[in-house]
Amino acid sequence: MSAAAVPAGGRPQVLLQLDTFAALLARDLRVLRRQLGQFLLRTIMQPLLFVFVFAYVFPKIGQGFSGGRAGSFTTVLVPGLIAVAINFQGIQSVAIPLVQEFSISKEIEDRVLSPVPVWMIALEKIVAGAIQSIIAALVVFPIVYLVHAHGAAPSIHVHDWALFVFAILFASLLSASGGLLIGTLIEPRKITLLFSVIVLPITFLGCVYYPWATLSPIPWLKYVVLLNPLVYMTEALRASLTPQLPHMPLWGFTLALVGGSAGLGLLALRTFQRRVVT
Amino acid sequence: MAGLTAQVSDEGVPIRTVGLSKVYRTRRETIHAVDGLDLAIERGEFFGLLGPNGAGKSTTIGMLTTTVVPTSGRAYIAGIDVAEHPAAAKRRLGVVSQTNTLDRQLTVWENLYYHGRFFGVSRGESRRRSDKLLEQFALSERAGAMVFELSGGLAQRLMIARALVHEPEILFLDEPTSGIDPQTRINLWGMLRDLHAAGQTILLTTHYMEEADALCDRLAILDHGKMLALGSPHELKAGYGAVTVIVVTVDGDGQALAAEAERLENVQRVEAEGSAVRVFANPPDGVLVALIARAAAVGLSVRDASSQPPSLETVFLSLTGREYRE
Repeated sequence: MSAAAVPAGGRPQVLLQLDTFAALLARDLRVLRRQLGQFLLRTIMQPLLFVFVFAYVFPKIGQGFSGGRAGSFTTVLVPGLIAVAINFQGIQSVAIPLVQEFSISKEIEDRVLSPVPVWMIALEKIVAGAIQSIIAALVVFPIVYLVHAHGAAPSIHVHDWALFVFAILFASLLSASGGLLIGTLIEPRKITLLFSVIVLPITFLGCVYYPWATLSPIPWLKYVVLLNPLVYMTEALRASLTPQLPHMPLWGFTLALVGGSAGLGLLALRTFQRRVVT
Repeated sequence: MAGLTAQVSDEGVPIRTVGLSKVYRTRRETIHAVDGLDLAIERGEFFGLLGPNGAGKSTTIGMLTTTVVPTSGRAYIAGIDVAEHPAAAKRRLGVVSQTNTLDRQLTVWENLYYHGRFFGVSRGESRRRSDKLLEQFALSERAGAMVFELSGGLAQRLMIARALVHEPEILFLDEPTSGIDPQTRINLWGMLRDLHAAGQTILLTTHYMEEADALCDRLAILDHGKMLALGSPHELKAGYGAVTVIVVTVDGDGQALAAEAERLENVQRVEAEGSAVRVFANPPDGVLVALIARAAAVGLSVRDASSQPPSLETVFLSLTGREYRE
């Protein structure tokens, strides 16, 4: 156990660090596989209930939302619910384990001793969270597309695959970055506030149930919600799935998703570093 | 890239620090947690950092293992400057911290396997080492158990096994036996001795004197962030006012005998409590006999007498004082 301590002898430092990054990711995916049932339940439940009530029950009982000039409500709803699934999963899958690792289990103290710069350990958490967001989007899409009453079918079609992939990818990165930031900042005893104070307002004011452009009658709200990252996720998905409906211009959500992912991500890496290295 | 240029100097020395210091500043006070520490630990050495709570042991470990940034001074792991190349330094460390930091989402075996993978050990080799270490630490039967099912002692053993998967040059053990029952502690000592015998360099922090005495080749006694003494347990006991404690119990009030004892040669301090008199002597030759004679002279008869050889505890207390620490 002495001199032969340089593992994988002679590989450049960068490759060694990429090996470590891949191993950290493999560990997270191992845990995800073990908890797949739980993961699917918490991913599916909310959107499934939502479309069941609003896309199936409401049309059946004759109570309905017109969807206004935005077209049928189910058409408005599909991109919105996919974005909610991404956002919810990105925040939850990064923030909650992290808060536990910082407080109860102290696992983080060991993880930061992995032989990579601390920022890489934080970046891995963003990537692992983003992967879970992407899986959530893929699982939720068919559900919100297929569950509806007769005659209430959403008018959905992937008009622009590149835009669709871009939207899913950056929405996932943005929400996982947000999850990392929340996870490093929130005190464990306040974790129960995560949903009521952060996730719920983001969801209800995230232009999930109405396109952003239709908020014009309430100008102050239309501009306040621009602070909400979920708005850009839903609008980007709308632009790719339902371009026939009003949606934000391409440059607007592209700038917000790319800039937001980079900005929030870098901020989260910094706060993480501050938290673990004193 | 990083780390390659830093390995040139004194690669043979597993740990070296030069004027290593950490200052914590709060609004009300400035705390010198570690204050100009100079250390050099040899390859294969079992080295102990001994000190009361708050002496700076954990801060020192933190600086050596990259999680605490030094305020000034330098720390080198196998010649690598820790502050400049933390990732390269971490590759050479195995750390067993005070708290249980095992991965609760993984099984016992997976804790070892993934740790190996984090440190660049190939899949096959990490599997092989995990199996071997579980066997070595008598954990094979629990390989498939989830970590939260383990008792404190087993979790401790798994933490040590985990720290060894990547064959670190230095194993850090931060107060590994605090809060562990005596049987488990003795068992753990045996395992650490085996590792040492196999050539593992070990740095241990502890506030248990007998642990440092039993295990370490060399010790540094630390208090208020400063090194007060350095040497083998034997040297420390010989050199730092280590005294023999002689306890004499008489059939009356011990005060009269205590007054006599204070006048004896080589007696450094005397404490009387009821019928018992504690005499601290260095060297102790002839003191016990003289005490029995003096007792008779003042009309007391001796009921019991005992003599404790010098211990690290007396060295420790004479260096760090007796006041109670939180």
